[in-house]
Amino acid sequence: MDGPPIAARGLRRNWSGRPVLAGLDLVVEPGELVALYGANGAGKSTLLRVLGTLLRPTGGELRLFGCDVRRGTIAARQRLGWVGHDTACYPDLTGRENLEFHASLHGLARAGARVDALLAWAGLEGAARTPVRSYSRGMAQRLTLARALVHEPALLLFDEPFSGLDTEFAARLAALLAEHCERGGAAIVSAHDESRLAAIASRTVTLVAGRLREG
Amino acid sequence: MVLRTALAILAKDLRIEARTREGLASALVLGVLLVLVFSVAHDAPADRAPSLAPAVLWVTFVFTGLLGVQRSFVLEREHDALAGLLVAPVDAAALFFGKLAGNMLLLGVMQAIVLPLVAVLLHVELWAALPALLVVLLLGNLGFAALATLFAAITVRARAREVMLPVLLLPLLVPVLIGGVKATQAILVAGLAAAREPLGVIAAFDVIVTVAGVLLFEQVVRE
Repeated sequence: MDGPPIAARGLRRNWSGRPVLAGLDLVVEPGELVALYGANGAGKSTLLRVLGTLLRPTGGELRLFGCDVRRGTIAARQRLGWVGHDTACYPDLTGRENLEFHASLHGLARAGARVDALLAWAGLEGAARTPVRSYSRGMAQRLTLARALVHEPALLLFDEPFSGLDTEFAARLAALLAEHCERGGAAIVSAHDESRLAAIASRTVTLVAGRLREG
Repeated sequence: MVLRTALAILAKDLRIEARTREGLASALVLGVLLVLVFSVAHDAPADRAPSLAPAVLWVTFVFTGLLGVQRSFVLEREHDALAGLLVAPVDAAALFFGKLAGNMLLLGVMQAIVLPLVAVLLHVELWAALPALLVVLLLGNLGFAALATLFAAITVRARAREVMLPVLLLPLLVPVLIGGVKATQAILVAGLAAAREPLGVIAAFDVIVTVAGVLLFEQVVRE
């Protein structure tokens, strides 16, 4: 598996016959942090779900780390961390149990130290043994980010990751994203508030009418 | 890796069930209620009552099983937890077997409570027939849970999923339902040897739906 983290050509995805992604092209190289903007309903979440292999493209070509997603996605999924609008965590499990479960899905047998480190990074040590159902919006979002980072992915696909976060943690997340890309990782991050990403993004793309425009 | 992931998913589902008891509690209440209603409605004399047991048992298993399977996929839908599973590098077969095992276990626990109740209310000689009945239940549970797990994955994102699942599933369950009733009837009257034919039907059904589940789960669970 060798190739850029993302190489999409003519990528299309329809919803009920309506094209949301209308043949877009996108290449993301290692070390790049791409800020993804677009109006409400432009298709940012759809794009990130397609790139995260959660949605099948209707047409076009998508390669993740050189791997054609039509020929299997397990190897690519080992290297991507995805955050969506919901937590993708189990509300009746504790924060620690959720992270341990996701670590086990990634084949990390002894993930205790990694889970401890992520709980500390997310400021959730005190709530680690509390069911997620009782978490505040911001705590749940921090756990969501920790879940996506548990296997130290090379490619981050984050949909509105700053939503619900306080200023202090938003700065911590921005620092993590910058550091991730400095180490050679790649990321696509969607956000409404351009000021969050302005200082750290390598480039900016805007989704308009199902296609990406630079800037 | 498939086995390890399936066990992790099973352990997660059991932990949530142990904490909430929502799936088992609702299945048990419905199961006991169905058995009581059928027993009281027929009010058969003690010598004829055992002949009702196969139908009462299997109708109860199917309806309570449906409830359990729906609950197991509600867990995955809440907070889009299913996306967390699907974005992980796991084989869809592992997801299928993990959910299947959880559904079978829930059915088994529910049956362990309903079966003695049926034996008491319908005067069934349970102890003598128990080993053979366990064979029927195991095979029946596998067929039911495999098909139900596959169809629950198909309907999990549908708007009217609570209606869709039984509408799609129940007609396809007819072979295992008839096979289960016939096999139970034969065992209660003449022992395991007499149930060879219906058991063969259930076993063939199990193989077909389990293979179909493994092959199709990836296609149906991913949007």
